[in-house]
Amino acid sequence: MTTVIKVENLGKLYQLGIKQAMRDSLRDVIVDALKSPFRRFTRLRGKDTDGDDFFWALEGVSLEVREGEVLGIIGRNGAGKSTLLKLISRITEPTRGSIKIRGRVSSLLEVGTGFHPELTGGENIYLNGSILGMSRAEISRKYDEIVEFAEIGRFIDTPVKRYSSGMYVRLAFAVAAHLEPEILIVDEVLAVGDASFQKKCLKKMGTVAREGRTVLFVSHNMPSVQNLTTRCLLLEKGQVVMTAGTEEVIKKYMNDVAQADAQPVMELAEHPGRLAGMTPALRRIWMTGGEGNIVNVAPMGGEVTFHVEYEIDGTARQPIVGLIFETIHGSRIYGINNKVAPGAQVTDAPSRGMLSCHVPSLPLIAGDYFITVTFARSAERDIDWIERAYRFTVMPADVYGTGHIPRDCLGILYGEWTFSA
Amino acid sequence: MEDSHFDTVIESKQGWSPVDWRELWRFRELMFTLAWRDIKVRYKQTVLGAAWAIFQPFAGMVIFSVFLGSFVKVPSDNLPYPVFVYAGLLPWTFFANCVGGASNSILSEAHLISKIYFPRLVIPIASFGSKLFDFIISFFIMFLIMAYYRIFPGASALMTPLLVLFTLLTAFGIGTFFSALCVTYRDVRYIIPVIIQLWMYATPVVYPLSIVPARYRWIISLNPVAGLIDAYRSALFGKPFDWRSIGTSLAISLVFIVIGLAYFRKAEKRFADII
Repeated sequence: MTTVIKVENLGKLYQLGIKQAMRDSLRDVIVDALKSPFRRFTRLRGKDTDGDDFFWALEGVSLEVREGEVLGIIGRNGAGKSTLLKLISRITEPTRGSIKIRGRVSSLLEVGTGFHPELTGGENIYLNGSILGMSRAEISRKYDEIVEFAEIGRFIDTPVKRYSSGMYVRLAFAVAAHLEPEILIVDEVLAVGDASFQKKCLKKMGTVAREGRTVLFVSHNMPSVQNLTTRCLLLEKGQVVMTAGTEEVIKKYMNDVAQADAQPVMELAEHPGRLAGMTPALRRIWMTGGEGNIVNVAPMGGEVTFHVEYEIDGTARQPIVGLIFETIHGSRIYGINNKVAPGAQVTDAPSRGMLSCHVPSLPLIAGDYFITVTFARSAERDIDWIERAYRFTVMPADVYGTGHIPRDCLGILYGEWTFSA
Repeated sequence: MEDSHFDTVIESKQGWSPVDWRELWRFRELMFTLAWRDIKVRYKQTVLGAAWAIFQPFAGMVIFSVFLGSFVKVPSDNLPYPVFVYAGLLPWTFFANCVGGASNSILSEAHLISKIYFPRLVIPIASFGSKLFDFIISFFIMFLIMAYYRIFPGASALMTPLLVLFTLLTAFGIGTFFSALCVTYRDVRYIIPVIIQLWMYATPVVYPLSIVPARYRWIISLNPVAGLIDAYRSALFGKPFDWRSIGTSLAISLVFIVIGLAYFRKAEKRFADII
């Protein structure tokens, strides 16, 4: 099959802090020029790309994508995924190298780009559609289909500022889903919207892929990468680490993440999340994995232990440590302490100690979570409380051993089914 | 080479690059859609709607007629001062709004620039749409005012569409230059209204060119808007066109366009990185 995207030795150099630098002003430039007329000159001539102020967001990236292929691009934050997509979609220019493309490209780095709150849903379909590169005639032809896909019915004549966020996203995605480019570039856009609609979109994108359209797909959501792609590219620090089958690349990525993020221990003595008026009694929190090694990434259903150290003036009497688990969106999922749960019911504890909470099988689905930690000397009153003291990541895993990874919920319910007739 | 089947090649381009007019033409629908959005939004947000477009030159006319027309008694080429001044304020407001709007346009579409590709020139050009719309509305008031003073336009009024095009071209050069400059230096945005304000007084809008001493007129003729405003009055009131000054204005406008486009093309490469 023909190669439709050919990237050779691509590099993009960014200047750190340039946004701030540019935001200051013409005045500064004039003052600078008056103060030191030669500095600007030397800077222009000099080998200014060697300085600390510059960094390569991408360096020496080469790749080929064949017609009809769905290529996943994965990597940690700052690995250069978005930069790569921005270069291929021509939003910004490369510093080095070249990209050759055959066919009409549509890029979807965001849903609802250009939506105007004052305009109605219908008007925004036209606006967003033509921003995404559809012709007016094309939009008119697909209009009814888009409205139906978005499931917003009679709200089509309402300004989108009155839409719920769900409706807004559905409309935005409906427009995007009806693009018919030869090459589709999709950034993490599915992170928004409710679960059932996400599924519908994934399905629609799957159809797109089966129609022989070429898709570049960036996501942090490994199950959807697994679902949609056959081949993946792993980026790290702006360079291609690996290009291979999806399974293999995801495995390597997970491994890398688990290792790199094994940040030892969270110090709590001066944690900014401490509520006002609290006594700083909590000292440190960390998590260990099944083998007792310190981690802050765990697989779904994995064995972990949370350790909390405290130190206080005088006796701790009956120390009670509470752990409150929250999603990054702030929904509380679990709360546990050593009074409600069995184990360490201590009396007359010394002024320093550690309480550990062993979780044999972590009942959380993939994602990032925060733990809010509390401390009390007795059952009466919390004397220390740190909001979002610790953050950890849960990686997808085949917890049921069926090959299906549960998603779209918060917890994992360990159940087995039987059938009777 | 086997690479010949690719139709887009993206590479770093050094130095000056010419405008890809064919690509710009391909994006004409986006231009219209953005202009249509501006008009639509403006008329949805303001209760006054169309009245707002008229208000600006009309209020100017009333104030200048009272102070300059009646009190100071500024000459007005043998026309009633309100007619004279409205005929100046009308194209001036159009020009000033075009330049002001275009200057801010790139910054105000930052979210588009950082998320999607299209020729960036689409944005300043599209910003002219709503200004043109306002101009057309306030142009009808011109005829009402003229009718009130029993002045009737002759055949020369048919020149007006050409002058509108000319105004747009002048605003295009200056507007694209400022729009790019505003992205690079954020404080320029605050200077532009001041420049436009001062520019108005340096242009024979509220006074006739005839009160400028003859030996200084060449300075005025360097201002492309001066010849333009004069030409609007010629078209409306059937006074002979000053072809020399129109020619000079046009030539200077073209120079501005070349400078504006060259700077814009150079600066636009960095828009997405610094916006």
